[in-house]
Amino acid sequence: MHTNVSSFSIASLSAQERMATGVVAALLGVFMLFGVAFAQPDILHNAAHDTRHAITVPCH
Amino acid sequence: MIMRVLLAAIIAGLLAGTIASAFQMWRVTPLILAAEVYENKGDTAGTQTGAQASAPEEAQSWAPEDGIERTVYTLLTNSVMGVGFAFILAAVVMFTGRAITLRNGVLWGLAGFVTFSLAPAAGLAPDLPGIPAADLMARQVWWAGTVAATAGGIALIALQDRMALKALGVALIAAPHVIGAPHPANIDSAVPAVLAAGFAANTLAMMALFWIVLGVAMGWSLNRAGTRAET
Repeated sequence: MHTNVSSFSIASLSAQERMATGVVAALLGVFMLFGVAFAQPDILHNAAHDTRHAITVPCH
Repeated sequence: MIMRVLLAAIIAGLLAGTIASAFQMWRVTPLILAAEVYENKGDTAGTQTGAQASAPEEAQSWAPEDGIERTVYTLLTNSVMGVGFAFILAAVVMFTGRAITLRNGVLWGLAGFVTFSLAPAAGLAPDLPGIPAADLMARQVWWAGTVAATAGGIALIALQDRMALKALGVALIAAPHVIGAPHPANIDSAVPAVLAAGFAANTLAMMALFWIVLGVAMGWSLNRAGTRAET
């Protein structure tokens, strides 16, 4: 499974590898940011309250 | 490969989130706490100015205790925020195929800052507790739309050679501001304007710091993760 690369280079990745990695990273990132910045339940809102205000997303 | 990139993003996100947290404790949280004194006064006097009358509900549901507990939750959610933005940045690096390095990391960071903080803040000023605001859902929709339009605009300007496409990028960035952000009809507030002004300046400074650290750290960690793995 592993290729022997000694240094990381975007150019050394195949387009499919880049797309697959990008999709996984984007989905995880959107999920985490939605929970921290947008989700409505009070428990999430109150825990993340100061973060929401500080990162300048609409809070309440 | 996926794990290597995700790990590099987690390292960079935690570092940037932690530095942002330190700045927040110093420059931002004291302003939130000062504003809440006025916000709560307004609630008890029945003169709540926000369009959303959500405060009475919040009083009944769980919230972290002021002091150490509240600080710990903010540190935790800032870390999740940091890693979340790091994943988004990593995804953009992968989708565009453009390298992020220690040298150009600051440019990637500034693009993130303009996209997620500066452009939305130009329409919806950083929101201090107790400052009146329009309907939450309307603001969230405008915020997300502005982020998407700004990201698309920057991508067109940075990645396309044709002038027409670059011009389209400029139009995309301007569009949400031409449409206009939602604002409340009643803008009376018990919170002193000087607190809100200081808050706006310091939150934007915090996010600029966060994004610059994130961009540079990602330039370092992504390349470092590659050289360390699989020797």
